[in-house]
Amino acid sequence: MDFNVFFQPAFSGGGIYLDWIVSGVKWTLTVSILAWLIAFPVGSALGMMRTAPLAVLRAPAAAYVELFRNVPLLVQMFIWYFVLPEIVPVRLGDWLKTGMPMPEVTNAVLALGFYTASRVAEQVRSGIQSMPRGQTEAALAIGLTLPQAYRHVLLPMAYRITIPPLTSEFLTIFKNSSVALTIGVLELTAQARQISEYTYRTFEAFTVATVIYVLITMAVTVLMREVERRVRVPGYIGTPGK
Amino acid sequence: MFAEFDFDVIRRTLPYLGEGMLFSLGLTLLAMAGGVVLGTLLALMRLSGFVSLAAAAGAYVNLLRSTPLILVIFWFYFLVPIALKNITGDPYAAGLGPFHSALIAFTMFEAAYYCEIIRAGIQSVPRGQVQAAYALGLTYPQSMMKVVLPQAFRNMVPILLTQGIILFQDTSLVYVVGLTDFMGAASKVAQRDARLVEMYLFAALVYFLICYSASLFVKRLQARGAIAR
Repeated sequence: MDFNVFFQPAFSGGGIYLDWIVSGVKWTLTVSILAWLIAFPVGSALGMMRTAPLAVLRAPAAAYVELFRNVPLLVQMFIWYFVLPEIVPVRLGDWLKTGMPMPEVTNAVLALGFYTASRVAEQVRSGIQSMPRGQTEAALAIGLTLPQAYRHVLLPMAYRITIPPLTSEFLTIFKNSSVALTIGVLELTAQARQISEYTYRTFEAFTVATVIYVLITMAVTVLMREVERRVRVPGYIGTPGK
Repeated sequence: MFAEFDFDVIRRTLPYLGEGMLFSLGLTLLAMAGGVVLGTLLALMRLSGFVSLAAAAGAYVNLLRSTPLILVIFWFYFLVPIALKNITGDPYAAGLGPFHSALIAFTMFEAAYYCEIIRAGIQSVPRGQVQAAYALGLTYPQSMMKVVLPQAFRNMVPILLTQGIILFQDTSLVYVVGLTDFMGAASKVAQRDARLVEMYLFAALVYFLICYSASLFVKRLQARGAIAR
């Protein structure tokens, strides 16, 4: 075992192998956080649609969730990256392949974001459905419109209840971002693999990557615990009495 | 829109794709079986009164659950042969082959997830059941095997199967070490014949049909279980 390998000059790029790891972490965080910025709003909208009293809203949201949840992420990545540019109009397809800045990263973010949206949607839906029916009825009875009832009554409570499952989806997105290596994004797992191939220090490379993933998980967990503490709903199980 | 595409490539390569699908299904079923057995042991360790056993199982579960599956596959794919050489002392040890490396990786990985499902399942059994079992004079293994686990597993079947569907989707990741599961077969054909659009859309369709019908089956099972209780 020799962890000095990370301070040796790297095969290419001019730096040391540690720079490869740093760059990998940067891409893991970038892809994950950008994907979350898609997954959270899209998933929330879908989750709300699934609880709406109108079938025209419920049906397309349900179809979206089933479609994106039942196809492996790897296959979805390939469809965004290899298939989409071929089946759209030629001009747009050419732009997707060569005109777009960093096509690998962009496609990884889109694939991961829209995939995770289906999982966020299910959590938001069950959060809203866990609210007693009387809440909606009372909101409508005092004269709120349905959108107002969502905005001022249902969502503020539902989101606070949904934080723990959303935290675990947020953690999952960091792990799933490693699938981006299959379309050529040099994120943390890909960099660890490269270092192991160039230096034969497989054990050291994978150990460092694993430790970093564990640290990311711990950091997110601590952060979310603090968020959870601040927005906790008084009077629910798990809330200290006031 | 699909005029210039050649979907006949799917018919021509169907036997090859079928072999890949058998690999995927085999890996899924074996890893599920191994994962449930190992996961049950881990869950019993986590729930046991022995602090060191509970801590060891907890550390294992948390470590595996914060590591991406692809990294776990790499770990086992590269390190199982090394470990084998060290254990057997034979520098030319033949290794386990890619299928068994993948199987070990998936079993170890899934065990961490199954452990948490099974732990919740065991905790959902009323405490009175255990006390009654002890009062009848059953030992710990007897009360677990004959009273607690059968009830726990009955409650858990839908969640265990849902996790199995996720596992089936995850087996597509053996692509990263070049194995020929269904996705591996599809992508090899796609690259050989330059038929990426056709093969990847077909792969998506097949995964969707299998996973969606399996999830409908689980939903029906769940509805029936709810009536039985």
